[in-house]
Amino acid sequence: MYERLEEITLAEQESTARFSHTVNVCMAAGCMSSRSDAIKDALTKEVEANGLERWCRVRGVGCMGLCAHGPLVSVDTDQSAETLYQYVTPDDAPAIVGALEGPPVERLHCPTNVPFFQRQKKIVLENSGRIDPERVEEYIAADGYTALIKAITEMSPAEVIDEIIASGLRGRGGGGYPTGLKWTTVAKSEGDTKYVICNADEGDPGAFMDRSVLESDPHRILEGMAIAGYAIGAGQGYIYVRGEYPLAVARLKTAIRQARRVNMLGSGIAGTQFAFHVDIRLGAGAFVCGEETALIASIEGKRGQPRPRPPYPAEYGLWGQPTLINNVETLANVAPIIRNGGDWYASLGTAKSKGTKVFALAGSINNTGLIEVPMGTPLREIIYEIGGGVSGGGQCKAIQTGGPSGGCIPAEFLDTPVDYESLAALGSIMGSGGMIVMDESASMVDVARYFMEFCMTESCGRCVPCRVGTVHMHNLLDKFSHHEAAPRDLVLLEKLCDMVRNTSLCGLGQTAPNPVLSTLRYFRHEYIAAITEEAADLYAITPAPPTSRNGATQHAPAQEVAS
Amino acid sequence: MPLRNEKVDPPSDDKRWRIVQATMQRNGFERDGLIETLHTVQESFGFLDDESLRYVAASLNAPLSQVYGVSTFYHLFSLKPAGQHTCVVCLGTACYIKGMPAMLKQIESRYGIKAGETTPDGQLSLLTARCLGACGLAPVAVFDGSIAGKLEMGEAMSRLQEMTEVDHVREA
Repeated sequence: MYERLEEITLAEQESTARFSHTVNVCMAAGCMSSRSDAIKDALTKEVEANGLERWCRVRGVGCMGLCAHGPLVSVDTDQSAETLYQYVTPDDAPAIVGALEGPPVERLHCPTNVPFFQRQKKIVLENSGRIDPERVEEYIAADGYTALIKAITEMSPAEVIDEIIASGLRGRGGGGYPTGLKWTTVAKSEGDTKYVICNADEGDPGAFMDRSVLESDPHRILEGMAIAGYAIGAGQGYIYVRGEYPLAVARLKTAIRQARRVNMLGSGIAGTQFAFHVDIRLGAGAFVCGEETALIASIEGKRGQPRPRPPYPAEYGLWGQPTLINNVETLANVAPIIRNGGDWYASLGTAKSKGTKVFALAGSINNTGLIEVPMGTPLREIIYEIGGGVSGGGQCKAIQTGGPSGGCIPAEFLDTPVDYESLAALGSIMGSGGMIVMDESASMVDVARYFMEFCMTESCGRCVPCRVGTVHMHNLLDKFSHHEAAPRDLVLLEKLCDMVRNTSLCGLGQTAPNPVLSTLRYFRHEYIAAITEEAADLYAITPAPPTSRNGATQHAPAQEVAS
Repeated sequence: MPLRNEKVDPPSDDKRWRIVQATMQRNGFERDGLIETLHTVQESFGFLDDESLRYVAASLNAPLSQVYGVSTFYHLFSLKPAGQHTCVVCLGTACYIKGMPAMLKQIESRYGIKAGETTPDGQLSLLTARCLGACGLAPVAVFDGSIAGKLEMGEAMSRLQEMTEVDHVREA
């Protein structure tokens, strides 16, 4: 069964063996927007002009992670360690090609012996920046599709699920639901037709790991989906991708075509009875479609509005059939788990959160980009060592995680190890892994208002608490933001948060108050400072001065009003 | 089995309708191909007009209410023609933190339009995006399809100026 893969691997190794040098150009969206395609063309031309094409190849690869320093180019040789170049332009091609044999070009050189590269542990991103995402041969040469063959020829569906359970993998889309349990439920659900859906509707502003995985290593997702299909007894999979990610869609289409050609998708995969097909469905810009029942409605060609659960999609999903929905990053972990065993995966991370997590670092941080670290890595290490600290020499004030459903973690909790439970204890969530660093200049009231505006616009309108509640919370936050709030507004805001959180239909509404609640918890003084005396006079109540951040004085005005 | 009206004639003999037909055919004229079909209409014609909505509804045998409902629900679909040039400003969290709101205000006041509107002369459409996923390069905007990262106010203004000026020169 493995012969076909070995054949392709051997052919690939043979065809690359004659190259002593490989020049890799990042072709993911970040660097592409800085015209890395032109850099690749310039490098190719330069190599040909110097007659070096017999031993030096130029290829496009996926994301190398350090987006802040893009466009990135790396040079592999068979004698020395990889050389990384940053801020490359097409005009730099002669210099880079000229330095192939000698010491690296000093002015472009990006040192890789720094924490950003050394502290990471790559599983999901193991191939990102190392293979050409548009060639299945390179994925196969990097052990690709061996996990799928192992699963369908050596393991029973139940054994595959057991391995996922043993790994302790939890949903990487934000909820953290145990993946093995989800697979078990769908496998047990009755029905001849089942579906696997890959949720690639990465809607959280500030999160871009799914886009990067799809653009850099699309076959990994197809392999994960096929293994999931085998485990739960599904023959059809759908990838629901945001319409805003055209490059990811193009790469996925290419990957599906190639996987069919090498018989890793389609009927009779690798000579077995197992058949699995994958189709792409495009989103059209609706944040709520990340919610699983809304996503299903959207795949069916309808307005993306959620419905009450239960029944859960595991029993009643796409077209009424049992459906497994996993996020991109979750599925990206499947092949390595099957390849190396669940115990190997469970050896990484913390007691309840296993493995690694990809984070998208953005905001006021020096090394913006994509990183992957073991679960339980302290925030401080992520921000100050891997992330290179706060940009512009400022102080870290707070870190926003989990997007519009998450919260702001103040700087005093920087030593918290990052896992599902500890972030929840701080009033935030893991979310999909966006991490926005904010410095002292950021107003927490404005941040809360920004996220509420997002939820207000994205509310699908189906249930009243979310449709109406988010509008009123936004209006209140607007008052605070313009320093026109009265003490009564604070009480009202807290009541609304409580109501919307407890009575909304889906996750969008239930979590919409989180950014407000977490900023009220840690930065209450900023809200109080926004209460004006004129407005307070109207209600004949004087707000307490914003003195300290400890509990007693913080709560004073709200209690006065309430009593 | 629901009736399927595959032989609905397109509204005109514009060749672009063939691309739309091909998309519907690929999905077997099933209703679940609606969103993809609308994407194709918008890519081909720039926006969704009443005529195209009626045609798609008839071809997929879907109620017009569903087609209209879907085309207004999703942000990416536009029922109005876009201007000659478009500028999409990203309002994701990273871009927000890096000062995009101020830049947007400046653009709005320079061209006298709000986000989501087109200038009266049809030159420029100013749009916003929730997040373009290029947070590492924040703040980000897209000028006529090409992404510009680490944008500064002056650069944004000169890109817009260039875009709208080229046409004036051509017209003159």
